[in-house]
Amino acid sequence: MKRRSLFLTTSATLGFIFLYAPMIALVVYSFNKSKLVTVWGGWSLKWYGELFRNEQIIDAALLSLKIAFISASVAVVLGTMAGFVLSRFGRFRGKMVLSGWISAPLVMPEVITGLSLLLLFVAMEGMFGWPSGRGTGTIIIAHVTFCMAYVAVIVQSRLSQLDETLEEAAMDLGAKPSSLFFLVTMPLIMPAIISGWLLSFTLSLDDLVIASFVSGPGNSTLPMVIFSKVRLGVSPEVNALATLMIAVVAIGVIGAMYQMRRQSKLLASDE
Amino acid sequence: MSTPTGSAWVDGSGSRLAKFNFFRRINWGRFSVVSVPTLWLAIFFFIPFLVVFKISLSETAIAVPPYTSLLNWDVEESYLNLKLNLGNYFYLFEDTFYLDAYLSSIKIAGISTVFTLIIAFPIAYLIARSKPSSRALLLSLVILPFWTSFLLRVYAWMGFLKKNGLINEFLLGAGIIDQPLIMLQTDFAVYIGIVYTYLPFMVLPLYSALEKMDMTLLEAAEDLGSRPATSFFLITIPMAVPGIIAGCMLVFIPAVGEFVIPSLLGGSDTLMIGRVLWDEFFLNRDWPMASAVAIVMLIVLVLPIMLIRNSQGKEEAV
Repeated sequence: MKRRSLFLTTSATLGFIFLYAPMIALVVYSFNKSKLVTVWGGWSLKWYGELFRNEQIIDAALLSLKIAFISASVAVVLGTMAGFVLSRFGRFRGKMVLSGWISAPLVMPEVITGLSLLLLFVAMEGMFGWPSGRGTGTIIIAHVTFCMAYVAVIVQSRLSQLDETLEEAAMDLGAKPSSLFFLVTMPLIMPAIISGWLLSFTLSLDDLVIASFVSGPGNSTLPMVIFSKVRLGVSPEVNALATLMIAVVAIGVIGAMYQMRRQSKLLASDE
Repeated sequence: MSTPTGSAWVDGSGSRLAKFNFFRRINWGRFSVVSVPTLWLAIFFFIPFLVVFKISLSETAIAVPPYTSLLNWDVEESYLNLKLNLGNYFYLFEDTFYLDAYLSSIKIAGISTVFTLIIAFPIAYLIARSKPSSRALLLSLVILPFWTSFLLRVYAWMGFLKKNGLINEFLLGAGIIDQPLIMLQTDFAVYIGIVYTYLPFMVLPLYSALEKMDMTLLEAAEDLGSRPATSFFLITIPMAVPGIIAGCMLVFIPAVGEFVIPSLLGGSDTLMIGRVLWDEFFLNRDWPMASAVAIVMLIVLVLPIMLIRNSQGKEEAV
């Protein structure tokens, strides 16, 4: 028994090292003074300075944040609707179609999604004159489409765990469907909606392939700029950028865990 | 996913309130809640595939957009000509380049999926068997890298695998090798990249399958004289099968169409179909050919797997 758990712990630990070693190296080398990325030249913040003076990167980052914010917000609305419909409306015409379409973007190779959306936009422009040209708007539409799938899955799984008697009680007491949703169901699934928004925001911020297909000239998102830099080799500025992103994510995740722990403690003390 | 029966939202199934509502008004609210997401997906997810299919049957042209139209109205002869060009598909099968690319993508994605499973299993198993209090922490350790940029995680390995990168420096310094190993721009680097970036997608479904497992089964087997290895293969693995299937699908399908990993970590001879499609589109500007590549990938790869999954979903619902 002891030996088996030792084997298990060792292999799992190796797994975690595999997950974290490259990221730790990235963080450490972002503080490297030397221009040669692998030669250690002492601690320095110089690449962070370079990063903030690089207007191309700053502009792309701002554009990406804007796209991610709008896409996540629209995707949350549409995805919540889809997840709600699929788990609470029982049987209805078109349910199979909707449930198939909503889960397909999760596994679809990105190159196919990107290509098909671009060809759609081009065909629509030829027929209706809309969207005229491609840019921020088309990237947002593309991101909403694949993000809403993730939101729908999260909302659906939360709803399936939820006790329906609360909703039934509200109905028996005469709540209208709209007030039932906004006053009873939505507060109950709020954690799912928030994590769906955060996930959509991250996915949108991170997308390279689909954005490359559907963006127009002069609309480079942050991943597109990073990709063109990184293609030529390792760059210390990108290390600094990666470190900042890792820091933001780590703070966010730790904060969320702290919040969850506090809430579960509060719940425990209520009982 | 099975739907709970007796839901308050079901109408037409005898619910008192639903009937009441039905006479009050023809549920426009309900209708719009269903149709808005469905319409969105119809326009921006389903119709695009029809457009791709249509364009895969056209010819390349030096025009904006760079393909010919299928329908032509002949004014003098009053003929409506429908011109379908199957040449792209014939070319796909004639030129072994494309066939090789499909096969090599499937090979690379398959091998990577197996390695992802091997690495993910102990992690998922450890989390599922640890104390509930530490589970959340361990799970978020697995998910945390997933929240950071995918592109930057691939990039991190470039610094690791380079000729003068950290692994080579370490091995040279330790005197294990005296020539730097060539790891970047090989298929090996692509395997590492896929395993690394897709690991959380494998750990999570495995964990949720293993977490439901009843550990007393293992105790019972031990009491009956089964050795740990035997009970692992006869009890634990079969219990984890749904998680294994789900995880493998979440890794395998996107990995086949992967573009970023082979173009950053792979060499010029690393052939993957996602990269072929990308080059066909962006470098050759051959939109019809890129569309044909996408359609074949969809029919050969994505559709069968989705059908299998759907039929499994139905079995679960029954």
